[in-house]
Amino acid sequence: MLATKVIMEQGIHVEGINFFTGFCVEGHTHAIRKNEKQKEKRNNALWVAEQLGIKLHIIDVIEEYKDVLLNPKHGYGQYMNPCLDCKIFMVNKAQAWAWMEENNFDFIITGEVMGQRPKSQRKATMPIIARESGSEDRLLRPLCAKHLPETLPEREGWVDRDKLHAFHGRNRKPQIALAEQFGFTDFAQPAGGCCFLTDESYSDKLVDLWKGRGTREYELDDIMLLKVGRHLRPAKNYKVIISREEGETNFLKGYRSEFFTMQTLPHTGPIALIDGETTQEDLRVAASLVARYGQGRHSDNVDVELRAPDGSLSILHVQPLKPEQVPKSWYI
Amino acid sequence: MKTESSHHELSAKRLLCPMPVIKTQDKIKTLKPGDTLTVTCTDPGVLNDIPAWCRINGHEVLAKQENENDIQIKILVR
Repeated sequence: MLATKVIMEQGIHVEGINFFTGFCVEGHTHAIRKNEKQKEKRNNALWVAEQLGIKLHIIDVIEEYKDVLLNPKHGYGQYMNPCLDCKIFMVNKAQAWAWMEENNFDFIITGEVMGQRPKSQRKATMPIIARESGSEDRLLRPLCAKHLPETLPEREGWVDRDKLHAFHGRNRKPQIALAEQFGFTDFAQPAGGCCFLTDESYSDKLVDLWKGRGTREYELDDIMLLKVGRHLRPAKNYKVIISREEGETNFLKGYRSEFFTMQTLPHTGPIALIDGETTQEDLRVAASLVARYGQGRHSDNVDVELRAPDGSLSILHVQPLKPEQVPKSWYI
Repeated sequence: MKTESSHHELSAKRLLCPMPVIKTQDKIKTLKPGDTLTVTCTDPGVLNDIPAWCRINGHEVLAKQENENDIQIKILVR
């Protein structure tokens, strides 16, 4: 938002590009979970574009992003976040660069600040992004430009370098002061929280998904399901995803034609989705586990409805597991 | 020669934002000014996101309807 405004203040026409990788935190859990229904569900990229009065182009890069996540040349950050490769990908010749050329724009700007992120926004790594993406000196970072060599738009006089900034480090006071100067009273503060791949719990679930399936291939539904419910793996060959509240229950019901699902009877408890190949004994264990989270958890026996993807139903009569019977190792 | 406007339908059911916005954006790229598009969604986030996308890109939301199982948004392409 600030970087864009800095450039717009110089009379330059700016349009926004927002890439959707499938791992963006934006709105999903808010949309799914009923107890967060009261929270405002604004998409920050759209909101920022509207505040600035610029067009925004949202681009689906789910397929292209798989190679970034699976084969990051520069490795991962603390969890499964391939931040440096991600930034290279977004400004490379196939993405922002291609869009720039197709739409007759002259250069790319990003809101990066040197030293703000441990992996991708260091003095040593910022030139790597410019070089390996191919954007070279057409990549301008208005908020920390004075720490970096002059770029083409500065040399050509399209942008006045004197009006760019020298922000550095994790302290955001200069940015907040600049926001106040521009009259911004509300702004997004992602603080690294805009990507699920920087989240330890989510990353654990992603690695477990790959191990469980014996392949690192994934589809959008796979990575969406990692954002929902309790995930437990009683055995290598299957895992159970159990909804935690009504919104998640409704969301998981949308997958009933693709997975075996379970629900305690009567239908007042959570729904569970069984991911993997199971034996009858596995299903009984899963049913006992699901019953442990239903209203009949203190009963001696509970009926659990098993629904196959083709809609056929059967009933499993099981004893709910007690909390101490659920090994910690099952929780993903 | 004047070409007649036409109405189009798009289902973005089960998709979570921003996918309904992306689908809407990509569909509108194929339409001409004066055409209308009704997008059917299930993510309540679209009630904010699609109108916001329309405002910044100059299109007009003609109607928003919340039904029991889905949400429909009708857009006039500008």
